Amino acid sequence: MGLLSKKDAALITDPLADNNPITIQVLGICSALAITAQLKASIVMAISVLFVMGVGNVVISAIRNIIPSKIRIIVQLTVVAALVIIVDQVLKAFAYELSKELSVFVGLIITNCIIMGRFEAFALGNGLWRSFLDGIGNALGYGIILIIVGFFRELLGSGTLLGIPVLGDPIAKTGLYSIGYENNGFMLLSPMALIVVGIIIWVQRSRNKALIED
Amino acid sequence: MGLKQNLHNFKVKNKDKKWLPGFNALFTFLYMPNETTHGGTHIKAADDLKRTMNTVIMALVPCLIFGMFNAGYQHYLALGEIDAANGFLGASFWTWDNLVIGLLKVLPLVAVSYGVGLAVEFIFAIIKGHEVEEGYLVTGMLVPLIVPIDIPLWMLAVAVIFGVVIGKEVFGGTGMNILNPALTIRAFLFFAYPTWMSGDKVWVHGAVERAGTPDAISGETLLGAYAQNTSLAGIDYMDMFWGLIPGSVGETSKFLIIVGGLFLIFTKIGSWRIMLSTLVGALAMGLIFNGVVDAGWIGESSKFYGLMSVPFWQHLIIGSILFGAVYMATDPVTASQTNKGKWIYGFLIGFISIMIRVFNPAYPEGVFLAILLMNVFAPTIDHYVVQGNVKRRMKRLKAKVA
Repeated sequence: MGLLSKKDAALITDPLADNNPITIQVLGICSALAITAQLKASIVMAISVLFVMGVGNVVISAIRNIIPSKIRIIVQLTVVAALVIIVDQVLKAFAYELSKELSVFVGLIITNCIIMGRFEAFALGNGLWRSFLDGIGNALGYGIILIIVGFFRELLGSGTLLGIPVLGDPIAKTGLYSIGYENNGFMLLSPMALIVVGIIIWVQRSRNKALIED
Repeated sequence: MGLKQNLHNFKVKNKDKKWLPGFNALFTFLYMPNETTHGGTHIKAADDLKRTMNTVIMALVPCLIFGMFNAGYQHYLALGEIDAANGFLGASFWTWDNLVIGLLKVLPLVAVSYGVGLAVEFIFAIIKGHEVEEGYLVTGMLVPLIVPIDIPLWMLAVAVIFGVVIGKEVFGGTGMNILNPALTIRAFLFFAYPTWMSGDKVWVHGAVERAGTPDAISGETLLGAYAQNTSLAGIDYMDMFWGLIPGSVGETSKFLIIVGGLFLIFTKIGSWRIMLSTLVGALAMGLIFNGVVDAGWIGESSKFYGLMSVPFWQHLIIGSILFGAVYMATDPVTASQTNKGKWIYGFLIGFISIMIRVFNPAYPEGVFLAILLMNVFAPTIDHYVVQGNVKRRMKRLKAKVA
């Protein structure tokens, strides 16, 4: 790690595993349940949040000394809302189908507790570079869980990955379907996303006992 | 030095090995172990978990055997090869041909349910280093009884793994589960593979593979027909009562379920409060719906009319509410523990079951959903019952002191 000091590197690596926003802090669950039925949507969501958090944290950090503390939540909301509108417009312009699929959940990035949480907890008290790293790190930690959940849900629920059939054709009965395999419709429902997240939490905590709280 | 002593010595010699719980499970299945409980025991009672479970299994066996005959009977009846049996002892029901179909279709379900479920239990016992728990004995018997006859075995296996791991082991194993594992398995199948768990084809053996061919046969349950507002000419209420109708493997015979229920009440294994209050709840909801129809608020054009206009007492015999009330709702782990709580818990199960049945034609069999829902609320009900009791006694105490 020549580029980053050890302390700075931890800002990126911690949220990926031992301080993951979803599996440890259990934040941002709503969007993790809502849009992970397809891997593509999960990836787009992860990238959108990455952009909003990276830029947002820097902006908040830059103006942190001139925000009156009484109205800081409003200011933070304005920053997130502006960034989310940019993301939304870009998606509508270049990936219209996908933006329709994500529907309100792009707009709801505004209410993603991870973003406001990082603004409050980190960007308001740290410099530009560290805030940027923190934003990127948390967004990556969020995104990696989204992508894992999306991978399993799309693979087992629809038999496809990124829309490409990988297990054969369920109607023509080729590949796995020729021996009686069927897609698991439960995987496409939100409760199963919660269970998949739960299983990730379970696996993570049984590998690292220090994470188990009483 | 008999075999038992040799096995015991083997156990002592290997007491640090990881696989020992697996060995113990088989060992105690065959023999009583040579040791008693260590440390202080608090409860001294003659009926242990195994006796409780064995009693429930005994109560289930008639349903299972009936289910086997019924599997063949429905199959041949739908094909038009035999005449209707007309009553419980009808000549065309208790035949060898019917039993063969039943054995071929039902025994694999039982084998998969037990094989997979116990394998999961073994693995968890070895990982966690505790004794294998008996918890799966009853679940393993219930599962084949509450699935359609033609369910593919691999689906059942996947569902059993899911149900035992997510429904039970993650909460800490037998006795710790919030949800009834058998119903968790059914719910998983229902939402994961709806085409195999509902609709008008899956309830009679052979109906799925014949669908769309000139040989197609109907595999619909009566409840499904009601939910679709199909007219039901010539349905014999006695057939429903005896169980000569299509349905999940073991839930059709109301007569045998009542016998099993009485057996459970008599042996004090099942709670009569829960059974009775569930039926009362179902009848109450049925009466309300009948009242709505009588008042003319719902016309024949409504999609709810079919099930809403069913006379209230028939709700008890057209679906699996009786099976749910007797074998599912009374599960001592997931039900309410207090007596007053049991009344509330059971009543709401019956009430919600019929509500789901009528209002959601996609899920005419709402009993399992209602029981799972009330499983979740059971601890809350208990909490308020206990708190209410505490408050009342506090008041009494104050009155005495003052």
